[in-house]
Amino acid sequence: MIKIKDLSKWYGAVQVLKGCSTEVAKGEVVVVCGPSGSGKSTLIKCVNGLEPFQKGEIHVDGISVGAPKTDLPKLRARIGMVFQHFELFPHLNVTRNLTLAQMKVLGRSREASLTNSMRLLDRVGLREHANKYPGQLSGGQQQRVAIARALAMDPIAMLFDEPTSALDPEMIKEVLDVMVALAQDGMTMIVVTHEMGFARQVARRVVFMDQGEIVEDAPTAEFFGKPRSRRAQTFLSKILQH
Amino acid sequence: MFSNFDFDIIVRSLPYLFYDGMTFTLTLTALATLGGIVFGTMLALMRLSGIKPLSMLAAGYVNLMRSVPLVLMIFWFYFLVPYLGQWVTGASQPIRVGPFVSSLVTFMVFEAAYFCEIMRAGIQSIPRGQVWAAQALGMRYPATMGYIVLPQAFRNMVPVLLTQTIILFQDTSLVYVLSITDFLGAASKIAQRDGRLVEMYLFAALVYFVISLLASHCVRLLQRRIAIVR
Repeated sequence: MIKIKDLSKWYGAVQVLKGCSTEVAKGEVVVVCGPSGSGKSTLIKCVNGLEPFQKGEIHVDGISVGAPKTDLPKLRARIGMVFQHFELFPHLNVTRNLTLAQMKVLGRSREASLTNSMRLLDRVGLREHANKYPGQLSGGQQQRVAIARALAMDPIAMLFDEPTSALDPEMIKEVLDVMVALAQDGMTMIVVTHEMGFARQVARRVVFMDQGEIVEDAPTAEFFGKPRSRRAQTFLSKILQH
Repeated sequence: MFSNFDFDIIVRSLPYLFYDGMTFTLTLTALATLGGIVFGTMLALMRLSGIKPLSMLAAGYVNLMRSVPLVLMIFWFYFLVPYLGQWVTGASQPIRVGPFVSSLVTFMVFEAAYFCEIMRAGIQSIPRGQVWAAQALGMRYPATMGYIVLPQAFRNMVPVLLTQTIILFQDTSLVYVLSITDFLGAASKIAQRDGRLVEMYLFAALVYFVISLLASHCVRLLQRRIAIVR
């Protein structure tokens, strides 16, 4: 479903991605982890073309992301994305946050968009907040709305960019629960996260990045059981200590 | 010291001052603000477009407008626009546009430069993530701007836009150079006719002062109420 091949990216003279390659099959959940500044977020922003890249190829559902003739907005509409800081639209209420792109991008009717939005708000347990504005919700609630907003577009895959990093500890679980349920429903997901419990529970594979490189790309059990690289061992020992 | 002054003249000329004069001033202020914001927003989008020729054109326009005195612009437009109209339409005579249309156009194009800079600051105040979120949902540039960025930028900038409108309101008094009967023009005409310059100009100043003061007070109240909760 998602193929990343020999991907390199530079910010000016600084190379932030160095020949990254990996694949995500349909229905697969892949967790990307690594120390901060390792290029994880940049990598998944390349997948839907939010960040341009200079070398290599990314194919999503057979469509090349980097090709100049690709209709990027059309492709992005089929890939859901959830951000670290939620990025709900603060001037629109929850319902409008969900219906806007359905109506303006997919051309759905108001009724169809509303029905779909309510179904998804039910699914993330926030139906009673439909008329509130993002600023009136807690961080965890906002992130669940953001997940519902992405799902409202009926995506073929979902990208999560550190979805729980900006949350207070007591709100992390409610967001992870939604994500676990989504994974169990068979959604194709790439998740950048430090939540190793989540990785253990639902990830098929773990990709470990450091300094712009994919250092390790292994099945979950293998990654946690006996990581091959020194860098992954160090990272795991640090992150699993507490 | 006021024994030689006749303040009764003010009461007698109130209908003329306000019905003729102030109506014109407020109409001009409102229309010029509206046009200036629309045109200014377009200029701001051009400046931020990342397309070099467009942004340079807009930047050049803004810098030009901000370095020319407004009075000069008013004169210049009044005498030039008829010939410009003739040239564009190919008419045999200069197109008569009249002082109102001429001054309205002048204020729109002049104030657009200032509104452009305000809207540019407003657009730049919207976090990058908002644009990412809109793009990630498949929105193209017009939808991203129209539904996500501009509404937030506009709301953030309402106090500054209104403050600029108050300045515009005061600046409209300059149309008196075209002998237009705006508020100051009306006061000026009565002052000259009856030889009551001090009374009329004092009164005109007082009216501008009170309106501007009240308006900026309202802006401050509004400022507190409209802040978007993040």
